Amino acid sequence: MPAPPQLRCCDASGCRSAGGQALRAALEGARDAAGLAADALTIKPVGCLRLCGSGPLVACDGPGPTQLFGGVAPEHAGALIAAGLPTSQAPGNGDPLAAHRLDLEAPFFALQQSVVLEGCGQVNPESIDDALSLGAYGQLRRVLEDLTPEQVRDEVRRSGLRGRGGAGYPTGLKWDTVALQPPGPRYVVCNADEGDPGAFMDRSVLESDPHRLIEGMAIAAYAVGAERGFVYVRAEYPLAIERLRLALQQARSRHLLGNHIHGTSFNLRLEVRVGAGAYVCGEETALLLSIQGQRGMPQPRPPFPAQSGLWGAPTLINNVETFTAVPAILRQGGDWYASIGTEHSKGTKVFALSGAVVNTGLVEVPMGTPLRTVVEVIGGGVPDGSPIKAVQTGGPSGGCIPAERLDTPVDYESLLELGSIMGSGGMVVMGSGTSMPEVARHFMGFSVNESCGKCVPCRAGTVQLAQLLDRFVERRATPADMERLDALCQMVKVTSLCGLGQSAPNPVLSTLRWFRHEYEAACREPAACLATGTVKR
Amino acid sequence: MSVVTLNVNGQDVAVPAGASLLEATRAAEANVPTLCHLEGLTPVSACRLCLVEVEGSGKLLPACSTAAAEGMVVHTHTPRLKEYRRMTVELIFAEGNHVCAVCVANTHCELQDMAVTVGMDHSRFPYQYPQRSVDASHPQFTLDHNRCILCTRCVRVCDEIEGAHVWDIGSRGGQCHIVAGLDEPWGQVQACTSCGKCVDVCPTGALFRNSDTTAEKHPNTTLPALLRTAREQRRWHNQ
Repeated sequence: MPAPPQLRCCDASGCRSAGGQALRAALEGARDAAGLAADALTIKPVGCLRLCGSGPLVACDGPGPTQLFGGVAPEHAGALIAAGLPTSQAPGNGDPLAAHRLDLEAPFFALQQSVVLEGCGQVNPESIDDALSLGAYGQLRRVLEDLTPEQVRDEVRRSGLRGRGGAGYPTGLKWDTVALQPPGPRYVVCNADEGDPGAFMDRSVLESDPHRLIEGMAIAAYAVGAERGFVYVRAEYPLAIERLRLALQQARSRHLLGNHIHGTSFNLRLEVRVGAGAYVCGEETALLLSIQGQRGMPQPRPPFPAQSGLWGAPTLINNVETFTAVPAILRQGGDWYASIGTEHSKGTKVFALSGAVVNTGLVEVPMGTPLRTVVEVIGGGVPDGSPIKAVQTGGPSGGCIPAERLDTPVDYESLLELGSIMGSGGMVVMGSGTSMPEVARHFMGFSVNESCGKCVPCRAGTVQLAQLLDRFVERRATPADMERLDALCQMVKVTSLCGLGQSAPNPVLSTLRWFRHEYEAACREPAACLATGTVKR
Repeated sequence: MSVVTLNVNGQDVAVPAGASLLEATRAAEANVPTLCHLEGLTPVSACRLCLVEVEGSGKLLPACSTAAAEGMVVHTHTPRLKEYRRMTVELIFAEGNHVCAVCVANTHCELQDMAVTVGMDHSRFPYQYPQRSVDASHPQFTLDHNRCILCTRCVRVCDEIEGAHVWDIGSRGGQCHIVAGLDEPWGQVQACTSCGKCVDVCPTGALFRNSDTTAEKHPNTTLPALLRTAREQRRWHNQ
């Protein structure tokens, strides 16, 4: 029996803010008005359908191939219902949806490879039955019944998966380190404190497919011997928190969490902890302190959390995307995952594409895809057709990659070489009108506000850096300021305590490296800057 | 007792296993400067003055919170370390309102001494002149935020040695400041035992006795180490 036709309506934050909920209500109304029963045409809320900039999005699994519609208003509800019915005719000239039809064969969709986002846009994030019918928790069951923790870790090690939070530490190695600590309690923690401006990958996963994250965490907990875990989500993600809490509750009621999962001796308690708005709590040692109810301040490492984390116990801490990749790795095998990507960066990476780009949204591509493919082919380039000036990756800890380096493959090492970082996956495209000293000042202002204030270089150094950058933006800098900027950036980078401080100068250093002429113009020839429009005043 | 041997500035030293790199540099009389560190309190590596170079480590390591390891080759006063230390002290001076001439701690101030140690005669960074307050609500002591460098010695001594945890840190970044109780006037915090340990360990004139005026503060920073040894090893002076 063929599956009944269904309309999948994006119900994640992006499409909600574009009116997705009103559209879904209108669709239900139109279905009733057409005299159809609910099971003749399913209208299902799902997670992210990728092209967030064209929301609200509706995917139609009717007769024939799946169709995707974007930017649809409630008045199109009737036409959408008709498109989903088997009796519908091929759209003629008077197709009211013609302007809203999105081409699923376009590079934005065709070049993507969904591993982490497999269930995003397919599964109803608020229904565990739907998740189970699409295979959720299947790998957890298999792992518990057939595999030893060593075998699970071996599979993850062979996959070559590296931490998706930004630093790219080998995940298998981290799991081994935690598992091989002396006997005693252990914890597993998911870092969902996604704070980089322009990054919304983790939010989309939490809002779209929370059960996959829970399954990944449960497998990780089994692999390292943890019986308790936390998901640390920032408070700015209310919908993600709501869906995650609901998913945890559903999983508990189905005995997929709790004691004796699947009748084995494996127990796991998972809880949500909500952050209170500090960017620095995304730093792992600060995050762990915050979970313990203390002020979120980074601690010197070693000891690493894998040795001494929550309440002094060995703690496995991974990013949302890392955990979410785990079920697919176990299902398809570590070797399959390792066959995707480059020599040192395996698998796929999710990017949140935004800024001066035609197609804004969520992109999952194999590691090693050239940056140009991501921003120009998938992203569609700058809306007015002008050339791209730079691509910012890694948020306030990353840097700007100039247009002439866009053929660089996206992997951890290549981005680092260019003075940027992979980061968690925010990718902001900048057009020719962007002034680089202003970009640097913007990010430095962010670091000033988000410094925890513990160590001197970050607390006082970023303030001085921001003031120095003001001088460039306001065209009152001197060549001596340039030297000061260079020297202070190096000092803050090398002497700060945690990753936030150490990477705070990156936006300045990378723009100094690739766009030094803009800084020079700002201090030597202010008139020339006005002419090129690089410095506004 | 097991021992680790390492090389500090070309000199071989042996320290007990578990000793910090700072203790090792002191054994070599290397004079690594420290501000936030204090014997007897948990190290926090906040001031970054004790950063040293260890061969084979890509990063600078804080001597106070890094364990000395067998075979380490440590350099404590390379040109770049000296430059970073001077910049750090300049940043501290530029960040607060440090006016030695009218300060209770003048001539007995660790920050003042540190400026001399690292050769800082002026700050290359513009002074920020922040608007900060003074808390004179306590009957015996005063807290002058203008002189505070956020070393958190007072926070730690009150928590770890006195066990009262009167002090903590409020806000973040440049707005960070020491708070008493639940961010109350110090004099209203009932947990405060008025023991004065915070005043004794304060490296500057931020915490002082009301009876002290300009250049009259005489801190006693050896107290935490003495008390910790006494408690942990049950060794008291009068026994």
